[in-house]
Formats: sequence, structure tokens, C-alpha cells
Amino acid sequence: MSRAREVVLVLGAAGLVLAIAWFVPWLRFVLTIALAKGLAVLGILLLLRAGQVSFGHALYLAFAAYAAAFGAALVPETLILLPLAALGAALLGLVVGLFVVRYREIFFGMLNLALSMVFYSVLEKFYAITHGTDGIRLPPTTFAGQVLGAEAQGWAMLSLALVLSAFFAWLMRIYLASPLGQALAGIKTREARLEFMGMSARRVLLSAYVLSALMAGTGGAVLGMTTRHVTPALAYWTTSGELVFIAILGGAGSVAGPFLGAIAYELTRVYAAALVADAWQMILGFVLLLVILFAPGGLWAIGRALMGGRRQA
Amino acid sequence: MSALLSARGLKIAFGGLKAADGVDLDVDDGEFLAIIGPNGAGKTTFINMATGYLRPQAGKISYAGRNILGMTPRQIVRLGIGRSFQLPQLFTEHTVLENAALAVAARDGIWSPFSPLLRPRFKQEAEELLDRFGLLSQAGQRANALNEGARKLTDIAMAVALRPRLLLMDEPTSGVASSDKMAVVEVLARVLRQSGVTAVFVEHDMEVVARFADRVAVWGQGRITALGPPDQVLNDPDVRREVIGLAPGEASHAAA
Repeated sequence: MSRAREVVLVLGAAGLVLAIAWFVPWLRFVLTIALAKGLAVLGILLLLRAGQVSFGHALYLAFAAYAAAFGAALVPETLILLPLAALGAALLGLVVGLFVVRYREIFFGMLNLALSMVFYSVLEKFYAITHGTDGIRLPPTTFAGQVLGAEAQGWAMLSLALVLSAFFAWLMRIYLASPLGQALAGIKTREARLEFMGMSARRVLLSAYVLSALMAGTGGAVLGMTTRHVTPALAYWTTSGELVFIAILGGAGSVAGPFLGAIAYELTRVYAAALVADAWQMILGFVLLLVILFAPGGLWAIGRALMGGRRQA
Repeated sequence: MSALLSARGLKIAFGGLKAADGVDLDVDDGEFLAIIGPNGAGKTTFINMATGYLRPQAGKISYAGRNILGMTPRQIVRLGIGRSFQLPQLFTEHTVLENAALAVAARDGIWSPFSPLLRPRFKQEAEELLDRFGLLSQAGQRANALNEGARKLTDIAMAVALRPRLLLMDEPTSGVASSDKMAVVEVLARVLRQSGVTAVFVEHDMEVVARFADRVAVWGQGRITALGPPDQVLNDPDVRREVIGLAPGEASHAAA
């Protein structure tokens, strides 16, 4: 696919999201949430390249969302709060990463899960600080110094989510094509060789882990500032599972997969919940089953086949 | 000639098996040294000790006058000791070119995340490297689609990409179809001589040893039992009995 065609596709997709939000106003919120989750799923996808699955990335999502919630009282400016919260998550990712990159596969996945559950417990139990399961309500924040109404704020958050999604998708493609990204994929097939070439596989994985925490944190900050209410459920293991679910649904073959998957997931969820309130999880389960059985490349691969497209990173 | 790699009094045992029981061995700068001997004698163990994967229970190993005992494999690679494997260690989902380019990048440039692996400089060097090994026509294939001979050569090419001064090869021709064997060895010998690399290789094929080695060391029961030029060592009655007794398939080659 040519550069120009890609840019047109990305702009077209962004335009489509904005158009849907315009014609179906209540979906604006749903789409912003979907993009926020897509950012976190992009982080999952990065680790999947190394053959590692994190079942605990909700940790970074929740950390950044809570950081935004606490920070909003001090710095009520979206454009400062968001990067700070995301960088905080990346820093946490560095600290946790130093420890978890020593492990692989099920141990890697479960350690991430365990740490996210520790954070969940902290959020739930330290009521005096976190208000437990009641969560924290975010005060209104300004956007580039402007005090926006609810409507304008909604549009601003959606636009911001779109810009961030495009930016991180672009960044990840560059990263994956770089020697570091290629070495990351090498961890999946022949990790030992990296060491024989004088490279530290752990450092390669750590770089990816920090980047994935940054992306999950960015998603978490957007999520927190969009819902304006954060609860410990953000850190619960089902949230992490949801991110992995979306990664598989969207497809691991492209950086567009997470966003495609997240949008499909959120739309299925809201419509299925409206139509068959008690059975929407079952519907999602069947959708995942169908994807795994018949389209292991996920929605992205289906879309590509429909468009008759060619291979793409 | 001075010794590039020098081992003194190496001892290591696995349970009751003495893989090295007081081994002294010098590898001279610029030579091709073959290590032969029965399976399980400790030949691969020697490579593992020299590259930091195993620590001898006693003894010393120095490289270019520097003690390398206790260094990690990564530090030793960075000093200029490369190795290749009996079972090629390739990135199976990458192409041959990408495998080679990753090795080039490992030498310099892994931490530059903003330009692609196949940037002109790395791509060109990787292609030149593959060309020297006669692998250029297969550059676009995935590593797991290659035949064993090409896999072995790719494995060695990746070690050579790091520009080692000393290359330790574990059975470079094992698993290679016998019709390809000599071609693989010819390519190897030419590239290594051109690059001025000192080579140590563990080998079971006596024809390869006779053709390729400057000196031969016989590793039997944890000791070097014979050491010298191939025509001398391979015709030694004791060595022939040892080789013939324990690896009958190679008897006819040893006589050649």
C-alpha cells in the first residue's frame, strides 16, 4: 500500500468516526471510549509481537486514569494532565518492566495479572484516599485554557483521541520496522540468538514494555477524562482480559487492528446490551469464537481481504 | 604465532561424566583448528566454556591475553568471539536478509528506533555478506524455508556479521546433505580466510577436517589425546582406532 493511499485511508477512517459521532450523537462518547481502549490494545499488540501476552495491562490504564483524576484537582488542564498521566504510567511500566521482562509466556502473563490485581486492591481498600468502589469524580478540566461546555468537551476529547490514535499507530509502525522492533519479533522465534549477537533480549523487551505502558496510560487518561468518573473496576482483571479480547478480535497483523477491534467491540456491546440485555456477553463470546476459528487474522484481515488489499505491517 | 585463545587446566564434569579433565589448548591467531572425537567427549562443552555459557570447575581461559573466565556470553561476543550452532539459531519468521541485517544491526545501531532495519547501510552490508556466502539468491526467503546447508551458512553468516576475530563453530556440516557438504565447506573456508577470522570447529566428517583444518585436536574422555597437522593426526594408529572404534561411519574418510 502506498504512503498516499494510507494517509487517505487514515483520514477517511477518522472522517467516518467523526461523521458517525455527528449523526448519532450518543455514539460520540462510545467512540471516544473505543479509541481510548484501542490505544491500550495497541500496547498489548506490541507485546504480542514478542510472543508475550500481558493479562494485566489494565494496571496502566487504571493508573493513568486515577493519575488524571487526582491531578485534575491540581492542574485542571487537559493538555497538561493527559501527557503527565501517560508518562506516569510509562514510568510505572519501567519499574514493573525491570521485573517482569525476566519472565516469559504464562509467567509473564500471570505476573502482570497479579500486579494489576494488587493495584486493584489498593484502589478498593484505601477508601480514605481513593473512595473505594465509589471511585472518584473528575472535576471539569479546561482544554488549551478554554472552559468548554459538555458538548464541546465531548468533541474535543474525541478529536484528541483520534489524533493520539493516529500518532501512536504511526509511532508503532516505525518502531516495529526498526532494528529494535525486529529484534522484538525475534524474541518470539529465537530469543537465544539475540544474546549470541551481543544483544540483551530483556532490554529489547523492556523498551517495548515501557512503550506499551505509555500507550495503555494514554488510553487510560483519555478514558478517565471522557467518563469523568474512575473506579477500581478499571484495574480489575476483566478489564485486562477485555484488552486481550479486543487485540484478538481486531487482529495482530496491523496497527489498525486494535482500533477496528475496539470500535467493533464497543458497538457490539452497546447494541447487544440494548437488544438482549442478559446475553450480550454470550454474543461477544460467539463473535470471538468465530474470529478464532475462521479469521485468525481478526477483523483487520477480513477487511483487507474484502478490499483486495496487500500485505501491510 | 601467538595464542589467540588459551585454555589451561580446564575441568568440568556433569555428574560422573568428565567432559574436561585438565584440558590445555592453544588456538593460534589465524589458524583453522578442528576438534574431533567421539560423541559426548566434551567438544561442544569446550565451545560452551569458551563462550561463557558454562563455567569450568577449574582452570583458566584467556582470549587475546585477557582472562575471560566469568564473563557473560554477551560480554564475550562483544570482545570478538563469535559462535555458530549445531542446530542453526535463526529468526525463523524473518527473511534471510532480515536475519543478516539484524546481525549487522546488533553490531551497531540496534538502539536507533527511528529508522528501519533495512535502511540502506544495513541492507547493503547484509546483501554483501549474503553474497559472499552465496546466499543472495535466497535473501527474500523466510529462514524456515531454507534447506539445511543454507540454514547452516546463514547461521555462520550471522556470526561473521559481528566481525569476530575468533569463530567457534559447532559441527558446521552436520545435517548438510553429503552432496552439498564440500560446497558448504569451500564457501566457508574462502569467506573466513578473506575475513582473516581464526576458526575452531567441531567436526565429525574426516574428509572435511582433512581439507579444512590447519591443525586437529582429538578430544577423548575429557582430554586432548592428540594434536597436530591433519595428515599426521588422522593417520595416527591410536587416533584411527579411537575414531574407527567409536564412529565407524567415518573410518573410510579417516583413511583418505
